[in-house]
Amino acid sequence: MSTSFDLNGKPTTLDADPKMPLLWAVREVAGLTGTKFGCGMALCGACTVHLDGKPIRSCITPLSTVAGRKVTTIEGLASRPAKAVQAAWVKLQVPQCGYCQSGQIMSATALLETNSKPTDADIDSAMSGNICRCATYSRIRAAIHAAADSIKV
Amino acid sequence: MAINPLASASTRRDFLKSAGTASALALTIGFEWGGTTRRALAGATPLTDRSFMPNAFVRVGSDDSVTVIAKHLEMGQGSYTGIATVLAEELDADWTRVRVESAPADAKRYANLAFGTMQGTGGSSAMANSWTQLREAGGKARAMLLAAAAKEWKVSVADLSAEKGVVYHAASKRQASYGALVATATGLPVPEAVKLKDPKDFKLIGQHVPRVDAAAKSDGSAQFTLDVVLPGMLVALLKRPPLFGATVKSFNASAATAVPGVVKVVQVPRGVAVVAKSFWAAKQGRDALQVEWDDSMAEKRGSVALMDEYRHLADQPALSARKDGDALRAIKAATRKVSASYEFPYLAHAPMEPLDAVVKLSADSCEIWAGDQFQTIDQANAAHTAGLDPQQVSIHTLYAGGSFGRRANPGSDYIVEAVSIAKAYGADGTPIKLQWTREDDIHGGLYRPMYFHKLEAGLNDKGELTGWHHVIVGQSIMAGTPFAAMIKDGVDPTSVEGAANIAYTIPNVSVELATTKTGVPVLWWRVVGSSHTAYAVEAFMDEVAHAAGQDGFTFRRKLLDQHPRMQAVLELAAEKAGWGTPLPPGKGRGIAVAEAFKSYVAQVAEVSVGKDGQITVDRVVCAVDCGTAINPDIIAAQMEGGIGFGLGAVLYGAITLKDGRIEQDNFNGYRVLRINEMPKVEVHIVPSAEPPTGVGEPGVAPLGPAVANAIFAATGKRIHVLPFSSSGVA
Ligand code: FES
Ligand code: FES
Repeated sequence: MSTSFDLNGKPTTLDADPKMPLLWAVREVAGLTGTKFGCGMALCGACTVHLDGKPIRSCITPLSTVAGRKVTTIEGLASRPAKAVQAAWVKLQVPQCGYCQSGQIMSATALLETNSKPTDADIDSAMSGNICRCATYSRIRAAIHAAADSIKV
Repeated sequence: MAINPLASASTRRDFLKSAGTASALALTIGFEWGGTTRRALAGATPLTDRSFMPNAFVRVGSDDSVTVIAKHLEMGQGSYTGIATVLAEELDADWTRVRVESAPADAKRYANLAFGTMQGTGGSSAMANSWTQLREAGGKARAMLLAAAAKEWKVSVADLSAEKGVVYHAASKRQASYGALVATATGLPVPEAVKLKDPKDFKLIGQHVPRVDAAAKSDGSAQFTLDVVLPGMLVALLKRPPLFGATVKSFNASAATAVPGVVKVVQVPRGVAVVAKSFWAAKQGRDALQVEWDDSMAEKRGSVALMDEYRHLADQPALSARKDGDALRAIKAATRKVSASYEFPYLAHAPMEPLDAVVKLSADSCEIWAGDQFQTIDQANAAHTAGLDPQQVSIHTLYAGGSFGRRANPGSDYIVEAVSIAKAYGADGTPIKLQWTREDDIHGGLYRPMYFHKLEAGLNDKGELTGWHHVIVGQSIMAGTPFAAMIKDGVDPTSVEGAANIAYTIPNVSVELATTKTGVPVLWWRVVGSSHTAYAVEAFMDEVAHAAGQDGFTFRRKLLDQHPRMQAVLELAAEKAGWGTPLPPGKGRGIAVAEAFKSYVAQVAEVSVGKDGQITVDRVVCAVDCGTAINPDIIAAQMEGGIGFGLGAVLYGAITLKDGRIEQDNFNGYRVLRINEMPKVEVHIVPSAEPPTGVGEPGVAPLGPAVANAIFAATGKRIHVLPFSSSGVA
């Protein structure tokens, strides 16, 4: 069985069990390993990707769901908010072990793409599904604000 | 499930000999000409023909690149950046050309000098043990590059200077980059000794040097074990017994092998593994696998029953860990007596990256890819499992997605599992990745032990503390492991650290330990003993101060007169937090201080209590003295992280057993801190010229009691049973 969709701007057909979670299809079939596995139950956010621009947990999303749709992973981030988020992450030295950060950056980017000036409460509600065991949360918050400031015209 | 002692008898003996030797810094630094073979570094970047490798820790390329070889695991604590900073400082390297590569498993060259002859990372020792070694390595490399320039230009070394990877001769205005001097430097002798910089001349140490791994960890390109892909690699999931100590009675693999993609089902000592072409196939195969377990030797008690036993044991005679004067007599004679007990649950480390390892095993070699924390022990355990010599085991150490102690385990559990699966599969050179799921991690044991603490104190009529009696009940982490040599007179130092060495001046002190045995495997967890002792000591000290009618800061400050560094962090935290200034109703402030791994940390927490009794931690002010601050921003990050990690644990963290079965499965049952619960954190570093000490763990120690003491200030409620959620707070 194969599933066709747009992966990071490229038409892609993956030959895999349509019930296989998108996480593993992206990682093991498409070979894009930036998206991480943390819980497999939509509890940690490590596997966050964008489906038609919205953040989803790829660990519980069957591959068949994305047929004909647009999937963006950390490797495919290109929007202005995305670049601002990644730059702020480096500038504020957010990552520690780094394992959760692809998911954090995907959630933060999705937030900034719909809300150019998030409040702390907006950040809490957009980011509380993303666990960081290194607890880099203060810097994540600061980096989202910094990224928002940097894209203001 | 027993923790396997090191397999090889000779390795074990050497290790035991050195484990007790704290002064391992006396070991000579392993500078080796030509000692680093191409093969040893084959897993990293191949050596170019034109590079200068004066010692085991640095390579200068003819392209001016500087590669620092890190003997320590990077698991988030910033070791790669710290190691590179120290070496680059004395080398006068151009920081923009510095990169870091992980060292191969080779204890001869890459031992942790704090551990003796063993290579590994832990005890917040990475920078402390590398400090002199890497400064000398950088300084000697620099001296040789300068000597090379002197030789080429026929001038005196004394007339040369170096800056950012370039050697200058002022008089003749000549200059040469390090890369241009590589060929000449390679033929020169290594200097015996080298003069290290005066700290006032430091250009990198003490500055905000950016992390070497920040960019790769912000674009998805950083390589973790999860990301390893090798030609023909298979993925294995292991079905383990639901009870600790149970074994496989029988299994039926037919449903598992029927899953498309499943290649083989193999039995190994720890369970039954499903080896498949993909994670998804292995997962479905494992779900379909039927195993019958033999529970006859398994631990079947629950945590409630265990805690009852511990409580009972606290009233029995125990082993002495510290005895100054006669504490019980002093307490008996006291005008006022205070007593309390504290209960601590088992805790899982739950690093963000579930444990994983890739093993490529053949008849005469075993190659391992892992976020490896204990290379020498893992090498020995892998060799024993595979039936090889430790030298036949090579390890590629990758970034670890967190550890908090979990990957540093004396039995090498996940490595041994991976090797045993590769062996059962046929040891035919097929690379196999063992992947744990989050459930495997939460159920997998090696928890921070459960503990019961009982404390009593006596105050005289002036409100002075005259006697302190502390009894600790719980499992030993080191018993039955190669580290057992560090157990003195039955007292495991990791059970009592933070309590037996209590810094307060008290005339009569006794600290006792009752060591328990259960079938639940245990391990060090971030900040080890102080993850519970600091809470017991500092929460109880607050109760004592309150009974003495004194403020928690003033009371502690006076008792720390003999401990200037500890007193200084206490004062700094209090001052920066505005200790003593009024707070609105419904808010409270609490203070605590701890020493861990020779670093000193004090924290002041501010909490608010909602109408429903819900606690919010608004702010934590942290003061730390970790000697020379190599990288202040990383120190701040480790304090922030330690505070968030510690807060999640005291609010919600608990692994509980019912009839021997773990009751939590994933992040729903084992709740950790999330962003909306993270307090505002302010970190203040005490300026110091002392040698650097660790920062990865100490920030966790005072957080719990600081918050508990703040909750008392706000509500009048003391919390004696952790986590707070089980006490109806949080
Ligand atoms: S792995 Fe998908 S949310 Fe945790
Ligand atoms: S940086 Fe380690 S889990 Fe977030």
